[in-house]
Amino acid sequence: MATPLRIVIAKPGLDGHDRGAKVVARALRDAGHEVIYTGLRRTPEQIVRIVMDEDAQVVGLSSLSGAHGFLFPRVCELLREAEMNDVIVFGGGIIPERDRKALYDAGVSAIFGPGTTTAEMVDFLDGLEV
Amino acid sequence: MDRRQLGKALSTISTLEVNKRNREPWCVLGVTGAPGVGKSCLVDRIVQSWLEQGEMVAVLAVDPSSPVSGGALLGDRLRMSSVDDGENVYFRSIATRNHPGGIAANLDKMVDLLVSEGWTKVIIETVGAGQSEVRIVAVADRILLVEGPSRGDLIQAEKAGILELADLIAVNKSDLDGAEKTADEIQISLEMNDSKPLLILCSAETGEGIPHLVQALNDLPAARGSTVAKMRERLLAAHQESLLNHPDLAEVLKGLSQGGLTLEAALDALR
Repeated sequence: MATPLRIVIAKPGLDGHDRGAKVVARALRDAGHEVIYTGLRRTPEQIVRIVMDEDAQVVGLSSLSGAHGFLFPRVCELLREAEMNDVIVFGGGIIPERDRKALYDAGVSAIFGPGTTTAEMVDFLDGLEV
Repeated sequence: MDRRQLGKALSTISTLEVNKRNREPWCVLGVTGAPGVGKSCLVDRIVQSWLEQGEMVAVLAVDPSSPVSGGALLGDRLRMSSVDDGENVYFRSIATRNHPGGIAANLDKMVDLLVSEGWTKVIIETVGAGQSEVRIVAVADRILLVEGPSRGDLIQAEKAGILELADLIAVNKSDLDGAEKTADEIQISLEMNDSKPLLILCSAETGEGIPHLVQALNDLPAARGSTVAKMRERLLAAHQESLLNHPDLAEVLKGLSQGGLTLEAALDALR
């Protein structure tokens, strides 16, 4: 067994829906990774601190509230400020196609919307060089 | 060492040289108890109280890795609202990773590192569901056992010797029916023990009894050495790790499974 990735699954902002985040957390665990779930309603500042304290290589952000356009880039920006550029950020939830380019430009590596299979997500992580 | 460096150092702890801490006066609290008794919420309360008293508090939350996938779901921090802000608190989730050599030795070093970096209180939290988890918590200088009402398996705790390990017992969920009865039952079973840890009824949910609990923790004797029960668990953990790290282990296991070796001979070979 390879050394597991440490992955933070986070729910930024005012969004109480975490069924998706929990399914993802479970699937990544079953794929052999160590998944730290933050719980609901964390600020970008808290999320970056959690990634730092937990020494995670990857952070997954889940948002269904429509605030992804602010929250995801803010997490990326704070990671850069903390000199944690090597941390991979991916996102999921209800993220309209038209919003995605701005998120990619801000530093999000991948976005998984409804209908994504857990296998696709696991493949993405397996393909990372961390 | 800043937070980032500390986070990285804890990841590579097995390769680091760390000064051994002084075990007395104590600063490492182990918290254990069956799943669902409210350990995480109670630890959250203790962390808040200690922060108010000016302590620098680090929490190491240990969860088992899946023996099948090797992965782990680490969800302890989602119940702890006090650990995501402020410079004086550090929280780290740890998966046991089915370490060939066990996790107790690494955990001990992590604590040594945290103490040497100025953290004045360290809490180790683990699910007390199995003997190996109990062994992990024995790394701590003092042990808080958390119980809850109507669990009906007090006999199990007695059988596993967990009660003997405890320096303090908290019966949580005092706001629910049956908590007092549970407390009475534990008190009665303690009557027959040599060591009688203090028992405190409290509720992490409402906050009732929490000041009393924290005061009792702070009042635990500063220096009194370790109990025989705790040293037995530490010895067993060390023995297990040395056994599992033995260079001939694979060969001996092969011999055992093929029937060419008896258990006695295997133990001799791994000595």
